Amino acid sequence: MATAEQPMIDDRFLTEIRHDMIKFATLQLRDDALAEDVVQDALMGAMANAEGFSGRSALKTWVFAILRNKIIDQIRVKGRTTNVSALSSDEASLDEAFESLFKSNAHWTPQSRPKNWGDPEESLRQQRFWDVFDACLKHLPENTARVFMMREFLEFETAEVCLELAITTSNCNVILHRARNGLRRCLEGNWFAAGEQPC
Amino acid sequence: MLKCKDITHLVSESQDRKLGVSERLQLEMHLAMCTGCSNFRRQMVFLREACRRYRSPAAEKNDRP
Repeated sequence: MATAEQPMIDDRFLTEIRHDMIKFATLQLRDDALAEDVVQDALMGAMANAEGFSGRSALKTWVFAILRNKIIDQIRVKGRTTNVSALSSDEASLDEAFESLFKSNAHWTPQSRPKNWGDPEESLRQQRFWDVFDACLKHLPENTARVFMMREFLEFETAEVCLELAITTSNCNVILHRARNGLRRCLEGNWFAAGEQPC
Repeated sequence: MLKCKDITHLVSESQDRKLGVSERLQLEMHLAMCTGCSNFRRQMVFLREACRRYRSPAAEKNDRP
Protein backbone atom coordinates (compact mmCIF):
# COMPACT_ATOMS: atom_id res chain seq x y z
CA MET A 1 0.00 0.00 0.00
CA ALA A 2 1.19 3.53 -0.67
CA THR A 3 1.79 5.36 2.57
CA ALA A 4 1.80 9.04 3.39
CA GLU A 5 5.60 9.01 3.87
CA GLN A 6 6.30 7.35 0.56
CA PRO A 7 3.85 8.04 -2.24
CA MET A 8 3.59 5.17 -4.71
CA ILE A 9 4.58 7.32 -7.65
CA ASP A 10 7.36 9.81 -7.10
CA ASP A 11 9.95 11.36 -9.41
CA ARG A 12 12.48 8.66 -8.73
CA PHE A 13 10.03 5.88 -9.57
CA LEU A 14 8.99 7.66 -12.74
CA THR A 15 12.57 8.32 -13.85
CA GLU A 16 13.53 4.73 -13.24
CA ILE A 17 10.58 3.14 -14.97
CA ARG A 18 10.83 5.55 -17.87
CA HIS A 19 14.48 4.67 -18.34
CA ASP A 20 13.67 0.93 -18.41
CA MET A 21 10.76 1.48 -20.78
CA ILE A 22 12.79 3.55 -23.22
CA LYS A 23 15.48 0.91 -23.30
CA PHE A 24 12.94 -1.84 -23.93
CA ALA A 25 11.10 0.11 -26.64
CA THR A 26 14.23 1.36 -28.41
CA LEU A 27 15.65 -2.14 -28.70
CA GLN A 28 12.53 -3.37 -30.40
CA LEU A 29 11.59 -0.43 -32.54
CA ARG A 30 15.14 0.70 -33.38
CA ASP A 31 13.88 4.24 -33.61
CA ASP A 32 14.62 6.62 -30.72
CA ALA A 33 11.91 9.15 -31.49
CA LEU A 34 9.26 6.51 -31.99
CA ALA A 35 10.33 4.76 -28.78
CA GLU A 36 9.97 8.04 -26.85
CA ASP A 37 6.47 8.54 -28.24
CA VAL A 38 5.35 5.04 -27.44
CA VAL A 39 6.71 5.22 -23.88
CA GLN A 40 5.12 8.62 -23.28
CA ASP A 41 1.83 7.28 -24.53
CA ALA A 42 1.99 4.17 -22.36
CA LEU A 43 3.02 6.13 -19.25
CA MET A 44 0.25 8.69 -19.61
CA GLY A 45 -2.34 5.98 -20.02
CA ALA A 46 -1.00 4.03 -17.08
CA MET A 47 -0.60 6.93 -14.67
CA ALA A 48 -4.16 8.07 -15.20
CA ASN A 49 -5.25 4.82 -13.55
CA ALA A 50 -2.33 4.28 -11.18
CA GLU A 51 -4.38 4.84 -8.05
CA GLY A 52 -6.06 1.49 -8.42
CA PHE A 53 -2.80 -0.39 -7.81
CA SER A 54 -1.77 -1.67 -4.45
CA GLY A 55 1.95 -1.69 -5.05
CA ARG A 56 4.74 -0.56 -7.32
CA SER A 57 5.51 -3.98 -8.63
CA ALA A 58 1.93 -4.56 -9.80
CA LEU A 59 1.90 -1.08 -11.30
CA LYS A 60 5.18 -1.70 -13.09
CA THR A 61 3.96 -4.97 -14.55
CA TRP A 62 0.85 -3.24 -15.79
CA VAL A 63 2.75 -0.31 -17.31
CA PHE A 64 4.94 -2.75 -19.21
CA ALA A 65 1.90 -4.66 -20.42
CA ILE A 66 0.58 -1.41 -21.89
CA LEU A 67 3.96 -0.67 -23.41
CA ARG A 68 4.07 -4.14 -24.93
CA ASN A 69 0.74 -3.53 -26.66
CA LYS A 70 1.86 -0.15 -27.97
CA ILE A 71 5.04 -1.70 -29.36
CA ILE A 72 3.01 -4.45 -31.02
CA ASP A 73 0.81 -1.82 -32.67
CA GLN A 74 3.89 -0.08 -34.04
CA ILE A 75 5.40 -3.34 -35.27
CA ARG A 76 2.15 -4.09 -37.08
CA VAL A 77 2.24 -0.73 -38.81
CA LYS A 78 5.91 -1.15 -39.69
CA GLY A 79 5.55 -4.84 -40.57
CA ARG A 80 3.42 -3.98 -43.55
CA THR A 81 6.20 -1.93 -45.05
CA THR A 82 9.28 -4.00 -44.29
CA ASN A 83 10.33 -7.17 -45.97
CA VAL A 84 11.65 -9.20 -43.07
CA SER A 85 12.70 -12.16 -45.19
CA ALA A 86 15.10 -10.15 -47.33
CA LEU A 87 18.66 -11.01 -46.36
CA SER A 88 20.82 -8.00 -45.48
CA SER A 89 24.59 -8.16 -45.68
CA ASP A 90 24.73 -8.25 -41.85
CA GLU A 91 22.54 -11.30 -41.86
CA ALA A 92 24.54 -12.96 -44.61
CA SER A 93 27.72 -12.45 -42.63
CA LEU A 94 26.13 -13.91 -39.49
CA ASP A 95 25.24 -16.97 -41.56
CA GLU A 96 28.78 -17.22 -42.89
CA ALA A 97 30.14 -16.98 -39.37
CA PHE A 98 27.80 -19.78 -38.35
CA GLU A 99 28.88 -22.00 -41.25
CA SER A 100 32.51 -21.47 -40.33
CA LEU A 101 31.91 -23.15 -36.95
CA PHE A 102 31.61 -26.51 -38.65
CA LYS A 103 33.95 -28.88 -40.42
CA SER A 104 32.98 -30.11 -43.88
CA ASN A 105 31.22 -33.08 -42.22
CA ALA A 106 28.89 -30.64 -40.41
CA HIS A 107 30.30 -31.36 -36.94
CA TRP A 108 31.83 -28.62 -34.76
CA THR A 109 35.44 -27.66 -35.36
CA PRO A 110 37.38 -28.23 -32.12
CA GLN A 111 37.85 -24.51 -31.42
CA SER A 112 34.22 -23.57 -32.03
CA ARG A 113 32.58 -26.31 -30.01
CA PRO A 114 30.13 -24.54 -27.64
CA LYS A 115 31.62 -24.12 -24.17
CA ASN A 116 30.23 -24.98 -20.80
CA TRP A 117 29.00 -21.68 -19.37
CA GLY A 118 29.31 -22.87 -15.81
CA ASP A 119 26.56 -21.56 -13.56
CA PRO A 120 24.86 -18.95 -15.74
CA GLU A 121 22.55 -17.99 -12.86
CA GLU A 122 25.53 -16.22 -11.39
CA SER A 123 25.74 -14.06 -14.53
CA LEU A 124 22.06 -13.12 -14.36
CA ARG A 125 22.74 -11.45 -11.02
CA GLN A 126 25.45 -9.19 -12.38
CA GLN A 127 24.70 -5.79 -13.84
CA ARG A 128 27.67 -6.04 -16.19
CA PHE A 129 26.22 -9.17 -17.72
CA TRP A 130 23.07 -7.24 -18.62
CA ASP A 131 25.17 -4.51 -20.23
CA VAL A 132 26.81 -7.13 -22.44
CA PHE A 133 23.42 -8.75 -23.13
CA ASP A 134 22.04 -5.38 -24.20
CA ALA A 135 24.99 -4.70 -26.46
CA CYS A 136 24.64 -8.14 -28.05
CA LEU A 137 20.93 -7.58 -28.71
CA LYS A 138 21.66 -4.20 -30.30
CA HIS A 139 24.31 -5.83 -32.42
CA LEU A 140 21.83 -8.23 -34.08
CA PRO A 141 20.75 -7.19 -37.57
CA GLU A 142 17.46 -5.29 -37.46
CA ASN A 143 15.11 -7.83 -39.04
CA THR A 144 16.67 -10.73 -37.20
CA ALA A 145 16.28 -8.84 -33.95
CA ARG A 146 12.67 -7.97 -34.70
CA VAL A 147 11.64 -11.58 -35.20
CA PHE A 148 13.59 -12.73 -32.14
CA MET A 149 12.15 -10.04 -29.89
CA MET A 150 8.60 -10.65 -31.04
CA ARG A 151 9.10 -14.26 -30.06
CA GLU A 152 11.05 -13.82 -26.81
CA PHE A 153 10.10 -10.41 -25.45
CA LEU A 154 6.61 -9.84 -26.79
CA GLU A 155 5.81 -13.53 -26.34
CA PHE A 156 4.23 -14.19 -29.70
CA GLU A 157 3.82 -17.83 -30.71
CA THR A 158 6.00 -18.62 -33.71
CA ALA A 159 2.90 -19.02 -35.91
CA GLU A 160 1.77 -15.51 -34.92
CA VAL A 161 5.17 -14.05 -35.76
CA CYS A 162 4.99 -15.63 -39.22
CA LEU A 163 1.49 -14.33 -39.71
CA GLU A 164 2.24 -10.78 -38.55
CA LEU A 165 5.33 -10.47 -40.70
CA ALA A 166 4.01 -12.51 -43.63
CA ILE A 167 6.88 -14.99 -43.65
CA THR A 168 6.84 -18.78 -43.90
CA THR A 169 7.35 -21.01 -40.87
CA SER A 170 10.63 -22.32 -42.20
CA ASN A 171 11.86 -18.79 -42.80
CA CYS A 172 10.81 -17.90 -39.27
CA ASN A 173 12.76 -20.89 -37.94
CA VAL A 174 15.84 -19.88 -39.91
CA ILE A 175 15.67 -16.33 -38.58
CA LEU A 176 15.18 -17.42 -34.95
CA HIS A 177 18.06 -19.87 -35.25
CA ARG A 178 20.24 -17.10 -36.68
CA ALA A 179 19.32 -14.75 -33.85
CA ARG A 180 19.86 -17.30 -31.09
CA ASN A 181 23.17 -18.41 -32.48
CA GLY A 182 24.31 -14.81 -32.99
CA LEU A 183 23.44 -13.95 -29.41
CA ARG A 184 25.03 -17.12 -28.09
CA ARG A 185 28.29 -16.38 -29.86
CA CYS A 186 28.24 -12.76 -28.79
CA LEU A 187 27.71 -13.74 -25.13
CA GLU A 188 30.29 -16.50 -25.31
CA GLY A 189 32.90 -14.18 -26.79
CA ASN A 190 32.18 -11.10 -24.71
CA TRP A 191 31.06 -12.47 -21.40
CA PHE A 192 31.64 -16.15 -20.74
CA ALA A 193 35.05 -16.39 -22.38
CA ALA A 194 36.10 -12.83 -21.72
CA GLY A 195 37.27 -13.63 -18.19
CA GLU A 196 38.06 -11.03 -15.61
CA GLN A 197 38.67 -7.60 -17.01
CA PRO A 198 41.53 -5.68 -15.45
CA CYS A 199 39.42 -2.56 -15.14
CA MET B 1 22.49 -39.76 -38.14
CA LEU B 2 22.02 -36.09 -37.58
CA LYS B 3 25.08 -33.85 -37.68
CA CYS B 4 25.89 -31.14 -35.15
CA LYS B 5 24.74 -28.47 -37.57
CA ASP B 6 21.29 -30.12 -37.89
CA ILE B 7 21.12 -30.49 -34.14
CA THR B 8 21.47 -26.73 -33.63
CA HIS B 9 18.41 -26.21 -35.81
CA LEU B 10 16.45 -28.87 -33.99
CA VAL B 11 17.36 -27.43 -30.58
CA SER B 12 16.32 -23.96 -31.71
CA GLU B 13 13.02 -25.28 -33.10
CA SER B 14 12.34 -27.19 -29.89
CA GLN B 15 11.85 -23.77 -28.29
CA ASP B 16 9.17 -22.91 -30.82
CA ARG B 17 7.24 -26.12 -31.41
CA LYS B 18 6.79 -29.57 -29.95
CA LEU B 19 9.23 -31.93 -31.64
CA GLY B 20 8.00 -35.25 -33.03
CA VAL B 21 8.86 -38.53 -31.34
CA SER B 22 11.53 -39.48 -33.82
CA GLU B 23 13.04 -35.98 -33.78
CA ARG B 24 13.24 -36.09 -30.01
CA LEU B 25 14.81 -39.53 -30.04
CA GLN B 26 17.47 -38.49 -32.55
CA LEU B 27 18.13 -35.29 -30.63
CA GLU B 28 18.54 -37.00 -27.26
CA MET B 29 20.76 -39.71 -28.71
CA HIS B 30 23.03 -37.13 -30.24
CA LEU B 31 23.15 -34.96 -27.13
CA ALA B 32 24.02 -37.96 -24.96
CA MET B 33 27.30 -38.36 -26.79
CA CYS B 34 28.14 -34.85 -27.97
CA THR B 35 29.46 -32.34 -25.43
CA GLY B 36 29.44 -29.44 -27.88
CA CYS B 37 25.76 -29.89 -28.72
CA SER B 38 24.68 -30.51 -25.14
CA ASN B 39 26.48 -27.29 -24.17
CA PHE B 40 24.67 -25.65 -27.09
CA ARG B 41 21.33 -26.77 -25.71
CA ARG B 42 22.14 -25.53 -22.21
CA GLN B 43 23.13 -22.20 -23.74
CA MET B 44 19.78 -21.99 -25.57
CA VAL B 45 17.90 -22.72 -22.35
CA PHE B 46 19.94 -20.04 -20.62
CA LEU B 47 19.20 -17.55 -23.40
CA ARG B 48 15.47 -18.09 -23.01
CA GLU B 49 15.72 -17.61 -19.25
CA ALA B 50 17.73 -14.41 -19.73
CA CYS B 51 15.02 -13.08 -22.06
CA ARG B 52 12.34 -13.96 -19.54
CA ARG B 53 14.12 -11.98 -16.82
CA TYR B 54 14.79 -9.14 -19.22
CA ARG B 55 11.14 -8.66 -20.10
CA SER B 56 9.75 -9.04 -16.57
CA PRO B 57 10.39 -5.69 -14.97
CA ALA B 58 8.59 -6.73 -11.82
CA ALA B 59 11.14 -9.42 -11.06
CA GLU B 60 13.63 -8.73 -8.29
CA LYS B 61 15.65 -5.67 -9.07
CA ASN B 62 18.94 -7.53 -8.84
CA ASP B 63 17.81 -10.14 -11.29
CA ARG B 64 17.25 -7.81 -14.15
CA PRO B 65 18.77 -4.82 -15.94
